[in-house]
Amino acid sequence: MDSNNISHHISHKFDEEMENLHNQVLKMGGLVEQQISGAIEALKYSNAPDAEKIILQDHKVNALEVAIDEACTRILAKRQPAASDLRMVIAVIKTITDLERIGDEAERIAKMALNLAENDTPIHSRFAGIRHLGEQVKQMVHDVLDAYARLSVDAALKVVREDNNTDKDYQDLMRMLITYMMEDPRTISQVLDMIWAARALERIGDHAKNIGEYVIYLVKGKDIRHLDLDEVEKDILS
Amino acid sequence: MTETVATKIDPAILPGSSATTDSTICMDVNNLNLFYGESRALTDVSFQMKKNQVTAFIGPSGCGKSTLLRCFNRMNDLVDSVRVTGEIILDGKNIYAPDVDVTSLRQRVGMVFQKPNPFPMSIFENVAYGLRLQGINKRRLLEEKVEWALKGAALWSEVKDRLSESALGLSGGQQQRLVIARAIAIEPEILLLDEPASALDPISTLKIEELIYELKSKYTILIVTHNMQQAARVSDETGFMYLGEMIEFGDTNKIFTNPAKKQTEDYITGRYG
Repeated sequence: MDSNNISHHISHKFDEEMENLHNQVLKMGGLVEQQISGAIEALKYSNAPDAEKIILQDHKVNALEVAIDEACTRILAKRQPAASDLRMVIAVIKTITDLERIGDEAERIAKMALNLAENDTPIHSRFAGIRHLGEQVKQMVHDVLDAYARLSVDAALKVVREDNNTDKDYQDLMRMLITYMMEDPRTISQVLDMIWAARALERIGDHAKNIGEYVIYLVKGKDIRHLDLDEVEKDILS
Repeated sequence: MTETVATKIDPAILPGSSATTDSTICMDVNNLNLFYGESRALTDVSFQMKKNQVTAFIGPSGCGKSTLLRCFNRMNDLVDSVRVTGEIILDGKNIYAPDVDVTSLRQRVGMVFQKPNPFPMSIFENVAYGLRLQGINKRRLLEEKVEWALKGAALWSEVKDRLSESALGLSGGQQQRLVIARAIAIEPEILLLDEPASALDPISTLKIEELIYELKSKYTILIVTHNMQQAARVSDETGFMYLGEMIEFGDTNKIFTNPAKKQTEDYITGRYG
């Protein structure tokens, strides 16, 4: 299915409903992206007001999830969609669940930023690793939303692949953070907060990867979860 | 007049072909073409129908799905100027071969139409009609067979106390099940259902669908329907037809979630037109 090649339904109302659904997901994605950016910034600068703003805004993401879920239920009940329409609705239901969880992780990171700010411990240069991981997953979320908007299998596959790097960087970061605690036990409480934040970032990467898989399902009708990536690539790009 | 290319093929050599040796295949359709005079209604239709499965044909009006259905019991022979080429192999024999007895073919391949067409006689006699034609006249045997057929069509409990009443007094849904009982009374191998539920209310429709599900353990069923959700619900395999061609034929689950052809996709998602 090519995004530019979708002809219209006989029912224009159905077209409108599907378009609206697509746009709502993009809106939710945009909001979630802002939440991650904000949370990472707040963490970087241990900025309490910014962190609080992020925590307060999470309900907006949750409300969108509920609204989109209801819209999907209505479409399933009234339209009984088939083929690509059906896959679209299913992919949306799954995507918004992951987006909502990304929102929760952003909130978690903001809470860690708040902790660090309250203890007046700005992140020093030695925490460059977490900033790097933050930028990486932020980019993944951005890219996967772009893949969803354009229904691009290539872009979605890239994000799915990227998650392997994120996992590796997360492992490296963990090892590094553990050595800090061993070297100087006074940093334990601070580093534990960092570990929680790093864990949240790694989870965001996983959710972005999931969304990438839903985009591939939506476009190609193939469920690539839990499969070997090289095989998958050969299969769907052939 | 019915003319077939298959008449040139010796039916005796057909059982040897690879397709017919497969015991899971009920009918094998090869390059079937049908012409109404000069106009071509079916173009090179080929597919295999599996035993004890429900095969559904979907497609817009005039795409040839009812014409195709009527090929399986040679109902099209009744239409003047119809010409058929290609072959439909049933038990290793082309049903369009010249030596085929059409009456016995129609006993093996029963048919139910869109509008229930009970005969203006009692419920009992409607079901017994085909049996009497077969020469069964013993009251006891007729009673047994009628009860069996009515039970098979999930109608027995509703009519058992009024078997001698006119069939015309039944509701539309009951009449349709009565017609199905009449069709299965003579124990065909294949049931052709042409829009069997389109004139029925949703509850009767579900009863017919439930019946189709139960019947498929004994019969091979072909159904033509305009209701795509119905095709998706009842069938194992689905064929999408357009302008007399079989555009896509395959597993129903696949056709309704991820069809291979864009034309199929457009039709089942309501983009056709």
